[in-house]
Amino acid sequence: MPAIQTAQQILDQVFLDTRAKLLEVAASLDRLDRATGAELAKDDPRRLRLQKTLDILASSATNRAEQLQLLFSDTYDEKWQRPAPRA
Amino acid sequence: MYYIDPHIHMVSRTTDDYERMARMGCVAMSEPAFWAGFDRGSVDSFRDYFRQLTEFEPKRAAAVGIQHYTWLCINAKEAENVSLSREVIAMIPEFLDKPNVLGIGEIGLNKNTKNEAQIFWEHMELALKTDELILIHTPHLADKYKGTRMIVDMLLDDPRIKPERVLIDHVEEHTVKVARDHGFWCAMTLYPVTKCTPSRAVDIIEMVGDEKIMVNSAGDWGPSNPTAVPDLVQEMRRRGYSEAKIKKIVYDNPLEFFRQSKRFKFREPA
Repeated sequence: MPAIQTAQQILDQVFLDTRAKLLEVAASLDRLDRATGAELAKDDPRRLRLQKTLDILASSATNRAEQLQLLFSDTYDEKWQRPAPRA
Repeated sequence: MYYIDPHIHMVSRTTDDYERMARMGCVAMSEPAFWAGFDRGSVDSFRDYFRQLTEFEPKRAAAVGIQHYTWLCINAKEAENVSLSREVIAMIPEFLDKPNVLGIGEIGLNKNTKNEAQIFWEHMELALKTDELILIHTPHLADKYKGTRMIVDMLLDDPRIKPERVLIDHVEEHTVKVARDHGFWCAMTLYPVTKCTPSRAVDIIEMVGDEKIMVNSAGDWGPSNPTAVPDLVQEMRRRGYSEAKIKKIVYDNPLEFFRQSKRFKFREPA
């Protein structure tokens, strides 16, 4: 289903809301870095994932949301053991 | 605009919510069996719950002019208790002839454990035996991608499964194609923090198309919005979509899926 809006129309609509959300992200990271134990927290896998999301956001990919979702997902193993029929 | 909420847990909502939904244009809803917020202790508590879904909630809904439908199962969280699950699955046929029952759901996975997969599979067997529609819950957050892949694996492993009779719910950006590439219906849930927003849901529809896809509020006992579907209607209007395009997502598509149930009887609003 093709999008109806132009990029300019989308920017006009989402700019303030996106700005607010990014500010929230920035404030959360600042809060983390101000807190006691910030140096140790830098190695927390969750902190590292948050940092990786910033790389994804800064990229020119057009599926950033999908990439973020996969970054925050557990790994899938296609050889997982299927259920067995009951005896 | 009239709309249908294909996934909402009205047992956990007050009658005020029915009133609000009716005023916002809701004419029908479907309520899957779910986790009450605590683990139930016996098959009899599920029997009472199914009575509530098939007797009481339809009356509450009808009082404001909403048609209420339901699905039956033991949910993924409680599926970890295999012996209780099997008792519930054996009891479900007592209710399958109730007029508002659409099928088996919301079955699925929660933490993607072996027991959950086993009980999911045994629900599938019941659904196939009685030719029911299937509504599937996919896990939350980090478990979602892996769980959705596992669920689709189990569905594809069984050649008796007809994809057009299966609805995979709570899809998001990274799982929508996992569902659609194999011909399943899918739905996006407009639920704060752990699931999707109206704007992301419309983005997903723009990317994958408006066939075999719907949206719901999954309103329950957690912080949630039972009028989330009208929020999506507004978002689509804001982007300039026609009323016909919007109606397809929030009314026509749910009806197309539900009409496959042998018990589904729907009165078109005047």
